[in-house]
Amino acid sequence: MKHTISILVENHFGAFDRVATMFSGKGFNIRSISIGETEIEEISRMTIVTEGDDQIIDQVVKQLNRLIDTIKVVDLSDVPRIERELALIKVTMNKGSMEEIKNINDIFRGNIVDITNKTMTLEITGPPDKVDAAINVLSPFGIKELARSGVVAIKRGEQSKIVKKQNLS
Amino acid sequence: MEKDSQVLSGADIFFECLKREKVEYIFGYPGGAVLKLYEHLYDVDFLKHILVRHEQGAVHMAEGYAKASGKVGVVLVTSGPGATNTVTGIADAYMDSVPIVVFTGQVPSHLIGNDAFQEADIVGITRPITKHNFLVRNINELALTIRKAFFIAATGRPGPVVVDLPKDVINSKTKFEYPVDVDLRGYKPIYKGHTNQIKKAAEIISKSKRPLLYVGGGVIMSGGTNELALLARENKFPVTMTLQGLGAFPGTDDLSLGMLGMHGTYWANQAVNNCDLLISLGARFDDRVTGRLDTFATKAFKIHVDIDPTCIDKNVIVDLPIVGDVKHIMAEIAAELNSPPDTNEWLAQIKEWKKECPMHYDNDGRLRTEFVIEKISEKTKGNAVVVTDVGQHQMWTAQYFKYNYPRSNITSGGLGTMGFSVPAAIGASFAVQDRPIISISGDGGFQMNMQELITASYNKVPVKFFIINNSFLGMVRQWQELFHAEKYSFTDLRASNPDFMKVGEAFNIESYSTENPNEVDSLLDKAFSINDRPVLIEFKVVKEDMVFPMVPSGGSISDMIVKRLNPKRMT
Repeated sequence: MKHTISILVENHFGAFDRVATMFSGKGFNIRSISIGETEIEEISRMTIVTEGDDQIIDQVVKQLNRLIDTIKVVDLSDVPRIERELALIKVTMNKGSMEEIKNINDIFRGNIVDITNKTMTLEITGPPDKVDAAINVLSPFGIKELARSGVVAIKRGEQSKIVKKQNLS
Repeated sequence: MEKDSQVLSGADIFFECLKREKVEYIFGYPGGAVLKLYEHLYDVDFLKHILVRHEQGAVHMAEGYAKASGKVGVVLVTSGPGATNTVTGIADAYMDSVPIVVFTGQVPSHLIGNDAFQEADIVGITRPITKHNFLVRNINELALTIRKAFFIAATGRPGPVVVDLPKDVINSKTKFEYPVDVDLRGYKPIYKGHTNQIKKAAEIISKSKRPLLYVGGGVIMSGGTNELALLARENKFPVTMTLQGLGAFPGTDDLSLGMLGMHGTYWANQAVNNCDLLISLGARFDDRVTGRLDTFATKAFKIHVDIDPTCIDKNVIVDLPIVGDVKHIMAEIAAELNSPPDTNEWLAQIKEWKKECPMHYDNDGRLRTEFVIEKISEKTKGNAVVVTDVGQHQMWTAQYFKYNYPRSNITSGGLGTMGFSVPAAIGASFAVQDRPIISISGDGGFQMNMQELITASYNKVPVKFFIINNSFLGMVRQWQELFHAEKYSFTDLRASNPDFMKVGEAFNIESYSTENPNEVDSLLDKAFSINDRPVLIEFKVVKEDMVFPMVPSGGSISDMIVKRLNPKRMT
């Protein structure tokens, strides 16, 4: 089963690499990974989508917690959350298909961000399954190039303060 | 102190910090990137630098020192090859949770990434094998980083920390402020066990009929051997130990079942398989302990006490986890335990198993490792620091040496590093003066770090270097015989071993050799009478012996092989 894990890490040299090294060293899967700044300057947020049974996810969370540079680790799969992903999709286009691609873009509430005689590039934002659906529908036209941002996610409701690591006992 | 708030060089700050960390020994090797540190070291009088002959030796010495003393071991090496040579030792310390801090020189900051002379990305290389590591990028971070390194290495589940020191950082200057307190928001080890979990554990223990304490190295690291002795003896709970746990509970005590697992005793493994309550104390359910997971301790309710949450439910799903310091948790459980269960019947059953299949080795007049180890155990009464290497002799020592004291068993368990014993014993000898230090190696492993013999003889450390020479890489040979069609592929050293007497002589060490069981007594007496310098004894033992009992890798207790001919399958 897929899990979205949100990790607050120290925003310094090597922190990202420690997380990535842990995943590869322990043989855990990374489906997507994204990292960016947070409201606090010296803290970054990583959002990792990983896969595995309960025992594996339990280990993923514990191993992440064990890293000295991680400040907080939350498996967002257990809580109400907002997940978003952005995709840039370059679709093959000719005069005949232009209207149809525009329609699809409208249905997915995307933006047309670039156009040439032969291609149209769409920006689709939403939960990962919406992005999947858009890609699926656009595939028959021919996708020349695709870039996905990876998932970013946040807990619904009032923000919780960054405090300390999860106590697992 | 007098140097606070003064402007100091990086090198000055480095040694000032080590002084505050009460470092007594550095195991190291100089080189280009650390010349400034060695320049200062020349005049440092509060610690002793031990010059090794290979950086791997330095790390194992620091490990031996740390394991024997409970303090943090310290290593100082240069950049590039100096740093990469420490990798095996660091990985070893990581697997066995040994607190060490390894300082590596690094090329000047502006050259990092340029493929500069003697440059290696040691922080990148050691990331997966350290508890944490640092590249000091600014002199203003130096003191705090060193403080953090020692703090991280020694607290929680201990482990190795690498601090990479670029040459320019060491050469520059800043105002020295020693950070007494260190607060890492991402690192808060949990020491206090959950009260309700502890109460629950006590309840379950009092209802059990066949409880078993399964003890690992964590009990020794936490300093909890008295608490363990109390918990076991007051309630008459049998105790089995992992390789790293040996010494946590006296091996001569009736309640001790010895080691469990692949080469554990028959009765310890039967007890694991038949207990109704398994209490794991500072152990990690390693594959060499559990064998086949779906047949491991299936009848038991499992309580797991560990300071590292990642150990819990990693290999074996447990019923009641308690995260925290095992020393205190054992004491709290013992205090909560008002009506301990009656274990007499259970202990009688274990005694039956012991009679059914006792430890045994052939006695045909030829020299055997088991005999040598028994003799050493007898002569020292278990009151020695025994540092083993990896292989058959290591397992025989675990089986036949009756460890009676904590921190008396030093061995490479998790990583299984051949070449560990010689340097680790030298390191231990700097920590322990009141007990004999015995290094036991096979002829294979001995050759992997024998360059450090000169470190021993030059420093006149009274280590007894015992070589168990069967002229084979014995453990590999054993697997080849049992599982690989008797193809003794590249394990036969009969034609290619050096003359160990000449090796000893070359390194200025008094050396003896024997293949006669009748000479063992007098040679050991000789060795134990020498206390101002090292001594070497080669025991030429039979070549084809195998370590039994043995649970084949990935097998269950019922697959246990107890002796060589007609391997008897046990149920």
